[in-house]
Amino acid sequence: MSQAPPLLTSAQMATFVARGFLRFDGVVPQDINDQFLAEAGEMPPPTAGQRLLPLYMRALAENRIPEVSAGTPLAQTYPAGSALARLLGLPLVQGAIQSLLGDDPVFDHHFLHVTFPPAYYEATGGQGVSQHTHQDSTIDPRQVFDVQVMYYPHAVTRPMGGTRFVPGTHLRKVSEVALGRYQNIRGQQHMVCEAGTLLFLHHGIWHGGGVNLSDRTRYMFKIRMQASGSQVRRWNVEPVEPRAPQRPIFYVKTPSDPESVAAILMTPEPWFEQDTGRLEFVNRVKLWRYLSGDPQFDADYWMTRLEAGA
Amino acid sequence: MTTASNARLRQKVLVLYLANSALDAPTIAWSVYDGTGEVLRMAGDEDAPPYATGLAALKDGWRLFQASQLNPHARGEEFDLAYLKYEFWFEQLVEVSA
Repeated sequence: MSQAPPLLTSAQMATFVARGFLRFDGVVPQDINDQFLAEAGEMPPPTAGQRLLPLYMRALAENRIPEVSAGTPLAQTYPAGSALARLLGLPLVQGAIQSLLGDDPVFDHHFLHVTFPPAYYEATGGQGVSQHTHQDSTIDPRQVFDVQVMYYPHAVTRPMGGTRFVPGTHLRKVSEVALGRYQNIRGQQHMVCEAGTLLFLHHGIWHGGGVNLSDRTRYMFKIRMQASGSQVRRWNVEPVEPRAPQRPIFYVKTPSDPESVAAILMTPEPWFEQDTGRLEFVNRVKLWRYLSGDPQFDADYWMTRLEAGA
Repeated sequence: MTTASNARLRQKVLVLYLANSALDAPTIAWSVYDGTGEVLRMAGDEDAPPYATGLAALKDGWRLFQASQLNPHARGEEFDLAYLKYEFWFEQLVEVSA
């Protein structure tokens, strides 16, 4: 009999609500990484005068990663035994997806992101640059969220320009690359990781691919998925019952448990503006209310104060 | 009218995003565009800001030419957040060799 996958803890879920990501380093076994890279295929070497985009598109067309229609049940997305089916079958991955999206999630799209080293640009007279920071898809006013799993099948060093993302930006409602003028934001992170690392992202997080200044082609595979049903209380909720009482605010003499849901939700990011940072807290509380199914939940009295006498 | 001297001038642009509307508030995000072509700046190329505040940029010779407005919050949208709020544009004019 197969065991139930390990669900996320309340602290992990609160971290996802507050920061918009969860990172799992080196959790995909090396044989799956090797199989994935074989199925993804190698890029042909740079050739003088060759245009990069057609080379990239041809490689995508010829590799063994399937073309899949949007809306396909995630469980039916990849052939049994393929690297991606094996990856999605890992207990940690199943548990994280179930915790974030509930049962029977739906496949949205996937993509093999390839970042070429300078030799390819030198061969074509072009210039490699970082991708502008953006939010995927389009303006998305929903409170429910999709998840994007970023898979790093080989080790990524800083010169390779791993995914750049800005923790805590996911609750902002922006229009794709309209924010492209922001080159650098305090607290931004660059993925530097060992092979087999997974990054689970809220669909709204601001991110972009970095320029690859190494001598190796960089691969990252992204799968976007969404819930087909309720996302309420799908993680391991037991440790947070019953709801914790309000803690003292502003005039605080005793530090609270940093692993408590309230402490995690009320931790600011380095880029927070002084006034809108408080609105970020409000929006985190609103998202936790939705996920926990508790319309009275609050942290540091932000919502209770606003609702008093309303 | 373009003269011989200003034809050699190029604009460097610095955009600072501050933590509130005061020019001496801390920098939370930044961008640099170099019209001389000497340096190619791009997303994610620097993890610490070039100036701690907007005032520090002024003291270093950058000229402020635009600041974002303070707008009231529309009823029903008070908690909606989108783009960074406190944006300040600076420039330097640099002479390049002909």
